Amino acid sequence: MSAAAMFRALSDEQGFLVEAARDALGRVATLEAARAALDGGPAPDLWPLACEAGWAGLLVAEDAGGAALSAAEATLVLEECGRRLADARLLGHLPATALLGAAPDAGGGLLGQLADGTRRAALVDPAVGGRGGRLTLRRDGAVARATGHVPGVLDAPGADVLVLVGEDEEGLPAAGVVAAEAGGVALDAVAGYDATRAVGDVALDDLEVRVLDLAPARARDGADLQRLLLAAESVGAASAALELARDYAVDRVAFGRPIGSYQAIKHKLVEMLRRTEGARSVVIAAARQWDEERERFALTANAARVTAADALGFCALESIFVHGGVGATWEHDASLTYRRAEHARRLAGGTTAAADAVAQALFALVPAADRTTTPREVSGQHVRS
Amino acid sequence: MADDDALRAYRARLREWLAAHAETAPRRTVLEPLDDDDVRGRLAWQRTLSEAGYAGVTWPERFGGAGGSPAEAVAVEQELEAHGVATAFDFIGIGMVGPTLMVHGSAEQQDRHLEPLLRGDEPWCQLLSEPGAGSDLAAVQTRARRQDDGTWAVDGQKVWTSFAQHAAFGILLARTDPDVAKHKGLTMFVVPMDAPGVTIRPLRQITGDAEFNEVFLDDVRLCAEAVIGAPGEGWKVALTMLGFERVAVGSGLHATPLDQLVAAVGAHADDREDPAVRVRLGEVASQLLALRHTSERVVEQVSQGQVPGPEAGLIKITSVLASLDACRLAVDVRGAQALVAPEWGHQVSMLPGVRSAGGTEEILRNVIGERVLGLPPEPRVAA
Repeated sequence: MSAAAMFRALSDEQGFLVEAARDALGRVATLEAARAALDGGPAPDLWPLACEAGWAGLLVAEDAGGAALSAAEATLVLEECGRRLADARLLGHLPATALLGAAPDAGGGLLGQLADGTRRAALVDPAVGGRGGRLTLRRDGAVARATGHVPGVLDAPGADVLVLVGEDEEGLPAAGVVAAEAGGVALDAVAGYDATRAVGDVALDDLEVRVLDLAPARARDGADLQRLLLAAESVGAASAALELARDYAVDRVAFGRPIGSYQAIKHKLVEMLRRTEGARSVVIAAARQWDEERERFALTANAARVTAADALGFCALESIFVHGGVGATWEHDASLTYRRAEHARRLAGGTTAAADAVAQALFALVPAADRTTTPREVSGQHVRS
Repeated sequence: MADDDALRAYRARLREWLAAHAETAPRRTVLEPLDDDDVRGRLAWQRTLSEAGYAGVTWPERFGGAGGSPAEAVAVEQELEAHGVATAFDFIGIGMVGPTLMVHGSAEQQDRHLEPLLRGDEPWCQLLSEPGAGSDLAAVQTRARRQDDGTWAVDGQKVWTSFAQHAAFGILLARTDPDVAKHKGLTMFVVPMDAPGVTIRPLRQITGDAEFNEVFLDDVRLCAEAVIGAPGEGWKVALTMLGFERVAVGSGLHATPLDQLVAAVGAHADDREDPAVRVRLGEVASQLLALRHTSERVVEQVSQGQVPGPEAGLIKITSVLASLDACRLAVDVRGAQALVAPEWGHQVSMLPGVRSAGGTEEILRNVIGERVLGLPPEPRVAA
């Protein structure tokens, strides 16, 4: 189908990256593994594949052993993962490495281990955890004491390193890093509706962590990047759902006609395309802003999250309907996409929080007419109420 | 690299020019009413733009254009928007009719019409839709009969003709041979809108304004040279024009500007503090951002010299749906009185009609489904 390639302009390097990702993921039966995991089988471990492909160090500088690529390339890899419902644990690892890499004192040794995949990282930030999470980092020189509880942290189970983002004593975002096996870290894996995911509840009890020297506005970049990467993954899954439904609609005949010739089905498929391509456009724009216009990144990354969750939710559901009863069976792949959609829209803080973040970013750009706006709103799009 | 440098220099000259002219230029409006004075002002501004080479940027110089690149045309659009300044009024003429005449018109037609069109001296309208033929354009019934002296006599009725009351000429699709299959018996003509037998009746729309018109053609006489292309080739000419129309609507022309929405919703601190308002704004704004960034992808394609495919029609669908959501949010937050203010009330009233303009949403979805997704066609009754 030409739709996936429409208005797409990739550099040669990006094209190779996408091809390589397709080849690598094509060698793993990811959908079968996702279904097996639902039946209690082992969750597919794609981390070795991710390391071999160089994805673990995608956002890490070359002198620290990484590939020194950027958000655009990361979204392309995540889109391919989404297309195959693969979970290579990049949603936790990549934003964590981006934050570590941005801090001048991160420590080359640790970054090198994260870049080659010897160790895996996860991002622990209430902004991208489940509801009710709280985390404080009370600074004391180069260290801080971390206390709090963040439910629903992506890729926390199995992570070796936790990059923490919480509020400092002034209520501003601050970041720190700690080994996952450190005493004072409690990590409980939780079973997910989409069994391919690793999600865990993290609790920290007055734990000493190394402070990352990041400006408060930059400390939230990891959360926004995670939302963007999840959006890219959702766009990939939505495209796959559309292609599956489209192929079925061409082949399946009812009342003597292919069902794709009926407007009811045709218009549904075009609506899938409309929402998916709209979301893809926002993902592309946000990824560019990571490099070129960071002050708008939070706005666009969160808008990508909102539109991509909408696209995947629509495509996953409507793809089942296009398939009729067979789409609603345990055996059909459409059900796996549906699980991913329903689970994903509630991950990384959920889409409601992302929509709120979009509004706050916009309000920060346009002052209120009555000038009674509180300083909290003016201070920046990263501050949550 | 040299190209980038040239484009940067072009943009710098354009900004300098705009700095000198923007103050006297008509304000950019989106779905806001235009009275006759507004139209006169917009046409005068079109002349100023065309004399500077900023209208019909890609038109060849021999037709009075600037002979510029698609990238330069995009730069002009972007800068005009950034300065809040109106574009050329006759987007139908510049974007659709003119390029069609360049492909299918005779040398005489090109010499006679293209330059006055571009300068805003002679705006155009499209006499295509009919009461019995809306999106099924090939079903037009307006008849043109060839007379013994080679002239044509035209009878029929057109409808939904935007800006007919301001137009000097119309491009008319008429049936010249009722005995052949419906796509084959059509011919395209040039019609002076002041010709005897042409009656323009404004259709008052939901907005209260009359942008659309009915046009009645009662024994209108056209000379042999009024034919565009050849008799019987009307459908081919129409398809060329619809292709240019797709590019024109691909710009998301009718979308509610995001800044306008944010200013209305966030005017008061109480609303900014309301999580329900914020979440709704975030959702609607995300749709408008999807629209903006999809337009950017199409614009990028155009500036690389590619012609957007039918998928560009998705932008038009999103632009209407997202703008309606945006208007409703703004009015919900500002209160019912906002419906009678021109800023929001006019858009709320305008958008339902825009949804069918340039081909209904359903027809667009059929075309995109069949040509982009490769879905089988609707069964069609043979004509």
